[in-house]
Amino acid sequence: MAAVLESLLREEVSVAAAVRWIARRTQSSEDSPGEAAVLRSLRPLRKEFVPFLLNFLREQSCRVLPQGPPTPAKAPGASATLPGRPGGPPRGGRGARSQLFPPPEPPSPAAEAPLARRGGRRRGPAPARERGSRGPGGPEEGVGGESLPWAGARRLRGSGSPSSPSLALCDPPNLSNLEEFPPVGSVPPGPAGTKPSRRINPTPVSEERSLSKPKTCFTSPPISCVPSSQPSALDTSPWGLGLPPGCRSLQEEREMLRKERSKQLQQSPTPSCPTPESGSPLPSRTGSLTDEAADPARVSSRQRLELVALVYSSCIAENLVPNLFLELFFVLQLLTARRMVAAKDSDLEPGPGVLESVGSPLFQSIHDCVFFAVRVLERQFPVLSYLDKGTLKLLAENERLLCFSPALQGRLRAAYEGSVAKVSLVMLPSAQAVSFQPETDNRANFSSDRAFHTFKKQRDVFYEVLREWEDHHEEPGWDFEKGLGSRIRAMMGQLSAACSHSHFVRLFQKQLLQMCQSPGGAGGTVLGEAPDVLSMLGADKLGRLRRLQERLVAPQSSGGPCPPPTFPGCQGFFRDFILSASSFQFNQHLMDSLSLKIRELNGLTLPPHEPNDDEGEADVDWQGERRQFAMVLLSLRLLAKFLGFVAFLPYRGPEPPPTRELQDSILALRSQVPPVLDVRTLLWQGLRARRAVLTVPWLVEFLSFADHIVPLLDYYRSIFSLLLHLHRSLVLAQEREGEMCFLNKLLLLAVLGWLFQIPTVPEDLFFSEEDQSDGFQVDAVSSEYGLDSVPVVDQQLLYTCCPYIGELRKLLASWVSGSSGRSGGFVRKITPTTTTGLGAQPPQTSQGLQAQLAQAFFHNQPPSLRRTVEFVAERIGSNCVKHIKATLVADLVRQAEALLQEQLVAQGQEGGEAAQLVESLCSQLCPHGAQALTQGREFCQKKSPGAVRALLPEETPAAVLSSAENIAVGLATEKACTWLSANITALIRREVKAAVSRILRAQGPEPAVRGERRGCSRACEHHAPLPSHLISEIKDVLSLAAGPRDPEEGVPPEHLEQLLGQLGQTLQCRQFLCPPAEQHLAKCSVELASLLVADKIPILGPPAQRRLERGQARRLLHMLLSLWKEDFQAPVPLRLLLSPRNVGLLADTRPREWDLLLFLLRELVEKGLMGRMEIEACLGSLRAAQWPEDFSEELATLFNLFLTEPPLPEPQLRACELVQPNRGTVLAQS
Amino acid sequence: MILTKAQYDEIAQCLVSVPPTRQSLRKLKQRFPSQSQATLLSIFSQEYQKHIKRTHAKHHTLEAIESYYQRYLNGVLKNGAAPVLLELANEVDYAPSLMARIILERFLQEHEETPPSKSVINSMLRDPSQIPDGVLANQVYQCTVNDCCYGPLVDCIKHAIGHEHEVLLRDLLLEKNLSFLDEDQLRAKGYDKTPDFILQVPVAVEGHIIHWIESKASFGDECSHHAYLHDQFWSYWNSSELEHHHCCGSSFITAASQCHLT
Repeated sequence: MAAVLESLLREEVSVAAAVRWIARRTQSSEDSPGEAAVLRSLRPLRKEFVPFLLNFLREQSCRVLPQGPPTPAKAPGASATLPGRPGGPPRGGRGARSQLFPPPEPPSPAAEAPLARRGGRRRGPAPARERGSRGPGGPEEGVGGESLPWAGARRLRGSGSPSSPSLALCDPPNLSNLEEFPPVGSVPPGPAGTKPSRRINPTPVSEERSLSKPKTCFTSPPISCVPSSQPSALDTSPWGLGLPPGCRSLQEEREMLRKERSKQLQQSPTPSCPTPESGSPLPSRTGSLTDEAADPARVSSRQRLELVALVYSSCIAENLVPNLFLELFFVLQLLTARRMVAAKDSDLEPGPGVLESVGSPLFQSIHDCVFFAVRVLERQFPVLSYLDKGTLKLLAENERLLCFSPALQGRLRAAYEGSVAKVSLVMLPSAQAVSFQPETDNRANFSSDRAFHTFKKQRDVFYEVLREWEDHHEEPGWDFEKGLGSRIRAMMGQLSAACSHSHFVRLFQKQLLQMCQSPGGAGGTVLGEAPDVLSMLGADKLGRLRRLQERLVAPQSSGGPCPPPTFPGCQGFFRDFILSASSFQFNQHLMDSLSLKIRELNGLTLPPHEPNDDEGEADVDWQGERRQFAMVLLSLRLLAKFLGFVAFLPYRGPEPPPTRELQDSILALRSQVPPVLDVRTLLWQGLRARRAVLTVPWLVEFLSFADHIVPLLDYYRSIFSLLLHLHRSLVLAQEREGEMCFLNKLLLLAVLGWLFQIPTVPEDLFFSEEDQSDGFQVDAVSSEYGLDSVPVVDQQLLYTCCPYIGELRKLLASWVSGSSGRSGGFVRKITPTTTTGLGAQPPQTSQGLQAQLAQAFFHNQPPSLRRTVEFVAERIGSNCVKHIKATLVADLVRQAEALLQEQLVAQGQEGGEAAQLVESLCSQLCPHGAQALTQGREFCQKKSPGAVRALLPEETPAAVLSSAENIAVGLATEKACTWLSANITALIRREVKAAVSRILRAQGPEPAVRGERRGCSRACEHHAPLPSHLISEIKDVLSLAAGPRDPEEGVPPEHLEQLLGQLGQTLQCRQFLCPPAEQHLAKCSVELASLLVADKIPILGPPAQRRLERGQARRLLHMLLSLWKEDFQAPVPLRLLLSPRNVGLLADTRPREWDLLLFLLRELVEKGLMGRMEIEACLGSLRAAQWPEDFSEELATLFNLFLTEPPLPEPQLRACELVQPNRGTVLAQS
Repeated sequence: MILTKAQYDEIAQCLVSVPPTRQSLRKLKQRFPSQSQATLLSIFSQEYQKHIKRTHAKHHTLEAIESYYQRYLNGVLKNGAAPVLLELANEVDYAPSLMARIILERFLQEHEETPPSKSVINSMLRDPSQIPDGVLANQVYQCTVNDCCYGPLVDCIKHAIGHEHEVLLRDLLLEKNLSFLDEDQLRAKGYDKTPDFILQVPVAVEGHIIHWIESKASFGDECSHHAYLHDQFWSYWNSSELEHHHCCGSSFITAASQCHLT
């Protein structure tokens, strides 16, 4: 493996080729033969490259990130190939997960606990203590010695440095010796100062520690992830959700301290080596820090870092790493690394001419780390830009980033400023009871009165239990099983009939959905109580209060960047309820019910999201769809989680079966069991219908509860394989048309990445998957648009589904707060507003109370009423926006048009800059937009009640009806006004802008022509010949005239007259005339005239008179003149009459006849079709052309004739007509 | 009027390597007296276009152009008034208008310093009096005016037919009280690809649901029909089908005019 890196570093192989090679693509022609040869020789190692790379990076960075638990990377061991670890024992099983960061932690109490608990049903933290007390002599020390970090080991070999890390081995620290753990800041006594020892503040070890520097998460799940919902220490829990709070003894804390310390000793390569730094306190997240400043100028081996960063980024971009966000987290850790632990040894530094190879440590200083991190982040910008606004802000304001890559910082800042993705991480549980369901919960659905009665009683018990849990579960020392277990079991005992079970399960499931799916923080009450108090704060302060609450209430950590599956908040109640009830019937009914509901919700269809007319209005509707999707997705995830929990509960154990035989027999047994829900088919269908964005997230929740055997079963293995293929195919950089939207992809990558890190998923699964490209040919033909290509996921949903992404933000925030001295109070304090004068103010009929009343109202009514009201509000609100657009905005646009016309008249045709015009108009008109709210309110007031009345049943009581109407009005108004107040100005602006550009465009060319346009008269029946037909007919005449033609071909004279008559009709009835057709007709008519003048039209008839009579020709010319004068609206290219080509037609005729031309010219002048001057100019330019001698002379004569003779009255024209058709006479006449 | 596929094929059969001239069309009319000139011309045009598409390339090789140009020069040298260019086109079985374009382009290359732009050439073909050489102007004019399948006039006729049928279609739709959105309205709403009309309420014609109507001034033979649908609408119409273009009448007015039948 290292060989690949080596060849990369030696530039034998290009990065692109290497990534193609890793991605197991077919060899590309771009690879040079040299590259191909190098890579071919390394083929057997290909599979191991990515894990190797990840391990390599983690190990290289462990000097920088020593104090924190390592970033987990679930990569199977590739250690054997590490140059510095020839004898590294291949570790199997669970050890592999953390083998990147030797030594593996001792199996953590939390992970071990379940086994013990399951065995003995013991309570409390005792097992944890037992485990932990194995002490320093335990196996972890031994292993630690063997698996030294690579760099350290190399040095051992190369220089024989006396500072052997094995010191830790043979000299275990006396953990109980408090002298070795002096408090931070105290002077280390004497030579002991060479040891980087310090007292770790007891608090950060537990919760605090897990905040941003996650532990190897799976072997030691974070302790108390969600402070607000600390689950009780339930003995039966196989989940081991950490230690119960409040019963942590000093002894226990010592334990943790000791572990922490031993870890540190092993992680720093030179723990006892006297170095300048070792005397100073180790970096700590608390206390004052003197961070090493990162300096781009001091980066040691740019080229090498650059290369590795490029390979690493490419692997991330190609989804070759299991978990995108984990890698980002790691990179951010590097970015925010505080300082290097070990000093650089002089012998470590590569000599100046020595080829840099993998041999020397990659990260030799903080500068290297930051440089590397920034390079990777640069390439991951697209992903970063989709993170929430808070994270973007922290990134954009990170001074290291600014220092190393101002360009990236600029892009991040721009992304931050453009981002609207404010994400609230707080999830407020709303503990509302499910209302009595009259459709299903009535007497008729029960076998007997008694059963009905029992059910009602159980209902009461259930809610009693729930209330009690709500009141007590946060109290220290309260225990679910002790407090409620017996009552629950007693209640379950009463559920004898199957039918009662199904009723209860329905209630349970509804309550679960109601309490646990928080639709993105919408509608949750602040602080959950006292709405009347809150209402006094006003909207602005309410927002602040929310933020404050968020900071206080939001779980500080969801347990690192990939936490194990948990049951936060109210979910804990339902989990504990299931466990305490331990009722087989209940579980079976629950699984049935959950499966059914999942199938139902999974079929969600959203109306197609078309590129609708106006973004704005579509937005109004679309937000509803998006919210609906979020609701359904969250519900599905919740249901699937519980289904997975219940379904795999009987098989669940902390560890895989110990022996191969046992495993095989279990496998044989389990493969008989049909899956509780045919998730494979659902996944297939989801992929085919391009609905992965809905199906995969819940499937992941389901699978996250699978036991160790599950991934080995054929059925589930094929699912994992499908998911792996999907994961690989979700390359973020590819954005093709019809492809999945970016955020949809991001969501899938996040959940899949998380799934691949779950302990029960074998770690080699991700990397061992061969022939990735085969088998994943989902022919998504079945539906044109799947949900995948619809932007259904927003940041709020992403962060709600994957709270661990928020770890990035926390990591960055902790960096800022750590170095707050420099950046100057980054974390702003929220000054709590006191509610002074609380008593003095009269309690208003507040919004909050109103909302509560509405909730209460709906609670007692059939659900259809609520749906109706919400539907009406939704539609009326949306219509209201459209109404405003059609009335108010349209009026304003008309005003704008009038104003613009005035302005144009005032300033002449020069309207000035379009942008300025728009600006000035908008500044005049936008203030009127304020009316929109009033009008919108009126509209909703007027329209909603009727709609509600029409949709509700006749027998609805009057009071209920009027309340429903009022609520509908209120909701519709709220919806419309929210949108209007945010968007009305932009809407007016847009419409005015469009109107201005329309007017200016209309102003543009030939305004005169535009004005004159006439349509056909009212009486016209549009029976005129079609323009296409006419053009075709005239073309025939033209082609006959141009020849060649057969002897018998010709035009009957009456046909010509008929043709011109038809042309007149067509030009008068303009029904079918389009401008190009008219232009061509005009041009053809001019050509026809030229042919007439030159007598070039072959006339059908006896051979003697194959020419047109003079009189006939003149009549036809008259017709044409009249058409040009009266009927053509398009410009007629009359100049063509005097083009050399058309006049040249006369040259061929013998004898030449000029009278018709002269006649035509005079008529043109007479009718005002052409000016004298224009004709003179044309005639003048005609003379410049080359003509036969005699023709030139005649032309000159014609010219003179036209010039000298003033417009003549009729008789003289006749004289001209009488001219004999020979040249001599014409000249004589002149 | 509906033309069967067999009828279409029969007419097309007669059009194999026939020059696109007035005379050819006249003969066609004599052969199929029952068909209107417009129908025959439309089929002629379509079949001829297919032919040209197949053979286009061989007329545009450098050698071919050079030999045509030399033949033209020799021809006009002998007799400038003879239909040299037209006969050359007919002889090599190429459209006269297109031949005129080749020769004009070649001529301009020789006489102007800069290679002529497409718009200059088009403008000269539309108005040959702009051509600096009088003889060539006449030759080009003769070609364009005698070509019944290509050239500026034919293009204009096709465009005009398209427009006329759109108007007719609109009238029919109005007459039948079918509510629709036309192309301009659709464009204003931001659709980039638009059929002529979208029916706001779909109708059924002979068992087919019709969502939209596109009127084309050419024959909906199978090939062009499919290509057209593919290029323009398949991308965003799911399952709406309007197979009526398929060999029906001289235009697709029929699709709309049949609406009243159902």
